[in-house]
Amino acid sequence: MGKVGGGVMRKAGRDVWGLALVGLSGVAVFTALGMVFLYAPREATMGDVQRIFYFHVASAWVGFFAFCVTFVASVAYLARGARRWDMLALSSVEIGLAFIAMAVISGSLWARPVWGTYWTWEPRLTISAVQLLIYAAYGMLRASVESAEQKARFAAVYGIVAFVTVPLSWFAIRWWRTIHPDVLTGGPGMAITPPMVHTLLAALAAFTLLYATLLRQRVRLERAADTLARLRLQVASEE
Amino acid sequence: MSAYLVAAYAVFWALTFVLVFSIWNRQRRLERDMAALQARLDGKQDDTGHS
Repeated sequence: MGKVGGGVMRKAGRDVWGLALVGLSGVAVFTALGMVFLYAPREATMGDVQRIFYFHVASAWVGFFAFCVTFVASVAYLARGARRWDMLALSSVEIGLAFIAMAVISGSLWARPVWGTYWTWEPRLTISAVQLLIYAAYGMLRASVESAEQKARFAAVYGIVAFVTVPLSWFAIRWWRTIHPDVLTGGPGMAITPPMVHTLLAALAAFTLLYATLLRQRVRLERAADTLARLRLQVASEE
Repeated sequence: MSAYLVAAYAVFWALTFVLVFSIWNRQRRLERDMAALQARLDGKQDDTGHS
């Protein structure tokens, strides 16, 4: 057997694409941040607190996109049975959870001065809270199953079923009466001007890049963990 | 500037750093385990006289 650990570590050290992606997403996030505070105008009704909107919407978008990736990867795992799809589904859930948590917390901080309360049980907020709990349970489900193959299969089925919360959350503000503003129009209490649209698009692009960077690293981590587990088994069988 | 605005952007940075740190920390632990495994293998090869 060769230099097992060194192989992986050397690979990580040569990761030029990974470094380029990190740099690119860093520049994109700081550009979006600059646009939020220096380019986008102060909203007339809400004032400065409206600037939360840009990163709030971008976080929610990445959360939804991440759960969509989990859905597709879960279907692919059930169809093909390849471990790489399970790795992708798991990695995407973890990142999606962090971004949906960002969206929920920042939304609450925006709601306090605008609605007069941190939280109200209206359809969009309720579905977001349920979605957060459902995807947090994805990790618990995986931790509770011993067999790796069974774990991946159960998680894939769960990842498909849990995805129903994404369209439900998206359409909640269109199907039911709600006080949550519509991201596409800004709602009756918020006038969206072209610089605001540019800033929102920059934030969406930056967060999507950040998601791609984090996902890449997270999948590599999962792959390395698999390699280590395999090597441990090999060493144990040799002893 | 609104305290709510500052708090919201602080949350974005905090959660992003938690996520990045968590991935980096697990990667580091993995590399340490691999290095330990490598040292064990090297030791075994030395014992049996192989290079």
